[in-house]
Amino acid sequence: MTVGTVSISIAEAFGAAVAAVLPGSEIAGQTQVILFDIRLPRILLAVLVGAVLASTGAVMQGLFRNPLADPSLIGVSGGASVGASLMIVLAGGAVESGMLMGLSLVAAGAFVGGFAATLLVYRLATSGIGTSVTTMLLAGIAIGALAGALNSLLSYFADNDMLRQISLWQMGNLSAASWAKVSIMGLVALILLVRFPRDSSALNALLLGESEARHLGIDVQRVKRRLIVLTALGVGVSVALAGMVGFVGLVIPHVVRLLIGPDHRWLVPCSALAGAILLVVADSLARVVVLPAELPTGILTALLGAPFFIALLLQQRREV
Amino acid sequence: MTLRAENISLHLSGFDLLRNVSMQVEPGMVTAIVGPNGAGKSSLLRVLTGELAATKGDVTLNRHDLNHWPVEQKAQMLAVLPQHSLLNFPFTANEVVGLGRIPHQTGTLKDAEIVAQALTLVDAEYLQKRYYTQMSGGEKQRVQLARVLAQIWLPCETGDQFLVLDEPTAAFDLAHQQLTLDIVRQLAARGVGVVMVLHDLNLAARCADNLVVFDGGLVAAQGAPEQVLTEQLIDQVFGVKAMIARHPLTNKPLVIT
Repeated sequence: MTVGTVSISIAEAFGAAVAAVLPGSEIAGQTQVILFDIRLPRILLAVLVGAVLASTGAVMQGLFRNPLADPSLIGVSGGASVGASLMIVLAGGAVESGMLMGLSLVAAGAFVGGFAATLLVYRLATSGIGTSVTTMLLAGIAIGALAGALNSLLSYFADNDMLRQISLWQMGNLSAASWAKVSIMGLVALILLVRFPRDSSALNALLLGESEARHLGIDVQRVKRRLIVLTALGVGVSVALAGMVGFVGLVIPHVVRLLIGPDHRWLVPCSALAGAILLVVADSLARVVVLPAELPTGILTALLGAPFFIALLLQQRREV
Repeated sequence: MTLRAENISLHLSGFDLLRNVSMQVEPGMVTAIVGPNGAGKSSLLRVLTGELAATKGDVTLNRHDLNHWPVEQKAQMLAVLPQHSLLNFPFTANEVVGLGRIPHQTGTLKDAEIVAQALTLVDAEYLQKRYYTQMSGGEKQRVQLARVLAQIWLPCETGDQFLVLDEPTAAFDLAHQQLTLDIVRQLAARGVGVVMVLHDLNLAARCADNLVVFDGGLVAAQGAPEQVLTEQLIDQVFGVKAMIARHPLTNKPLVIT
């Protein structure tokens, strides 16, 4: 992996984020098949994961009427990480061979864990009169803490090799991308990006408060249930396939909101686009900064996004 | 057709908030609800709008049970202005008022026109592009008022329209209190039934056709302000010695404390 080929793939990454697959196949014609079978799926996976994490983040922030909400708040990420760690520890060596399959055991564990955690939080927060956002946030935090403890426990019992796997996975890593993963992720992203725009007016109305949204003719309970299930699906699958890529879901929607305002009809798609770009750039950098080795992508997203976010906050403060 | 509450009782976490309350809001009339704090005024509004289900009794909107209306049709007929709003995202005034058009399918152009007219009506056209989060309390409340006005701006084919206001004038200066009551009268003249909670008895007396006085979850009196507002009632309900005079111009009752 020379600097030359890597610089091509950054150009290609931008191309992929903007104009889908075409530039990739051209380059593949010029260079080796490796580019086509390893890098292109990886870039596409980054695009899809970035888009899904950022758009679900935007949706959750609207639903919870809290610009600091994040998919991890409803327990998906925590549950997913426990699921994955459990698989790594229990299955041990089998995980290595499992990795060869498109959807590895770890991924399945993460998905199931994420979904279960979300269901639990949702059940806790839902009573006869509806779903309480406050209870749900608190339950999400509690589940998150529980998941953290379980994770530590699992790490404590894991051997060195497993420990390294767990921590690598928790940092978020796109290096195991394959076409199978891309198609699963693509399907999920498609479902989300088709369904979310239908509820964007409802999300706008929900910012006024739940009873106000109800008075505007919105079936609040149904919208909430639908969005929560979609988010659990999106985040669960993302975490399952790419590990814990933090920061994208929290900060991208916030940044986009500072730039274009809180109208969800624009916020959700723009967040998806920005998330895709951030993750592709971060992943491309992750591949080159410590040549010939690679950094986990999750570290890079935080390193890239946090200063940008702080800069925006500072600018905002000056304007007000 | 009316917005009607029949024998409503509301029992919440061990407290009787409402006991056998019956009242109705007629289209084209203004109904004001007054009473001391905690008398059950807001609870009644929440039952009337379907936010809380009554323990006993029925609420009907245009002859049908309130909850039998599909949510969107209900929103086309019934608009509700809460006392406080939670909105803390930087929408512009235009966007906030535009939310009032969600239950309607009138198209972007028509909606934009209605939004502009509603903002002008509440004396907030200068706020159009301003961020809601940066407005004063009174400005926010005017924008919210414009939002519910936009919601019932055009007559509805399904049935008569109703507007529910919870202390609409609380955050307003004198001029805007006046303006709000003028708007309410205009709406009534157009055939909208308005029901609002007010604290100022004089405002209520001046504006309302029907005055409902609440005390301890019960209706203490209801009827035309001239008949309802007596020195005895004010002493009994509010515990305040007052004199009732007549307004020199409108001849409406004037409560002097």
